[in-house]
Amino acid sequence: MNFLINYEEVTSMILFAIGFTMLVFSKNIMKKILGLNIMDTGVYLFLASMGYIEDKLTPIVPPTGEVNALDYINPIPAGLVLTGIVVSVSFSALMLALTVRLYKKYRTLNLDEIYEKCSKEDEEE
Amino acid sequence: MKKTDFTKNFKEWYEGNLSFDEQLSHNVEDIPVEHKKDEPHHVRKKIRTLQKLENDERKATKFGYRVFSIVFCVIICAVLIGTVNFLPGFADANAPTANEVYEHYVGEGREQTGAVNTVAGMILDYRAFDTLGESFVLFTATCAVLLLLEKAKNAPVKKRETFTFSNDPIICLVVKLIVPIIIVFGVYILFNGHLSPGGGFSGGAILGTGFILFAMAYGEDVAAKVISAKAIKIITICSLSFYCLSKSYSFFTGNEFNGVHSIIGPGTPGDFLSGGLILPLNLAVGFVVCCTMYSFYMVFKRGRLD
Repeated sequence: MNFLINYEEVTSMILFAIGFTMLVFSKNIMKKILGLNIMDTGVYLFLASMGYIEDKLTPIVPPTGEVNALDYINPIPAGLVLTGIVVSVSFSALMLALTVRLYKKYRTLNLDEIYEKCSKEDEEE
Repeated sequence: MKKTDFTKNFKEWYEGNLSFDEQLSHNVEDIPVEHKKDEPHHVRKKIRTLQKLENDERKATKFGYRVFSIVFCVIICAVLIGTVNFLPGFADANAPTANEVYEHYVGEGREQTGAVNTVAGMILDYRAFDTLGESFVLFTATCAVLLLLEKAKNAPVKKRETFTFSNDPIICLVVKLIVPIIIVFGVYILFNGHLSPGGGFSGGAILGTGFILFAMAYGEDVAAKVISAKAIKIITICSLSFYCLSKSYSFFTGNEFNGVHSIIGPGTPGDFLSGGLILPLNLAVGFVVCCTMYSFYMVFKRGRLD
């Protein structure tokens, strides 16, 4: 049984599942974007927990003297999380801007109604 | 909170009919169904029965949909948690992620890049093109949001666009006290990215937060005079081109086989002016992040930057 040791990974998986369900099944566009952000949070937690090693220091090495790499935790997931956060911020901003434009045109946030109005417009053309 | 409330609140917020007090305690009643008065009684009754049937049906589908989505969520959870069983244990020193790449970055990073902070040395020296891509992602997002939401200067002003806290003495005093501290802290994090935790992204985010707080409290008109749209554009473009050119130079000269050597050395680790290009690159990234956050806020709130 690995679940009790890997509790951080279990938490991140639950967050990912909740976010994914929100993204797929929510009809409201804003809630879809929120779901995507929750999904991102799960991924960050997973990456950060993969980099941690017990009883080791943060990867800030002393300016002088010998550096033993095995005394420090893994810095690579930190860089990956940084990339992920930047991309998710840009993505959320772009999606929200598109939502505002969609709302301006169709006056609703429900995706089904937007589809309906869209197909009606196509038929009229 | 009912499901329709969210959309209605959004609608009212969007149209600018919602003041701040109303936003705090808003509870929209369901709109009653309007009956046409000129129809005879039995037709009205029939319509009402039909509507009731339709409503029941819709409620049933809604309930089924909700149950199905919960079941789906539980199944996905179970599958994903099942895979956790095959992962190495949490905080395990023998995990496959702790391999020779990490040992090289931590062990040799200080001598090769001159940065005491290994993460800064990694993302701004070994993997600097990755960070350049991230900065361009931010820049592209700003451009796209501006294209989608920018309004003409003489467009009608909505209520939510003019709402400020500039008449509130408590908020104004606290913001006056706290914004300089936030900005100094952000600059400190920017300049110490190669020596301590922090760097361009976190420092830029803190700086942007300070400016956003100022704009929220004193109003966007005042903020637009302090930080003009032209300044934001110039700072972003200069930072990005500086990053591009300096990192191309260091990648060209970093190759030991073409006989060209970089004039910027790693310096003494631990000094303020050390780490080669890491300090100026941190500044460039920080300015890009700060301008991006601030312009996101301004464009969403006001529709334009100036």
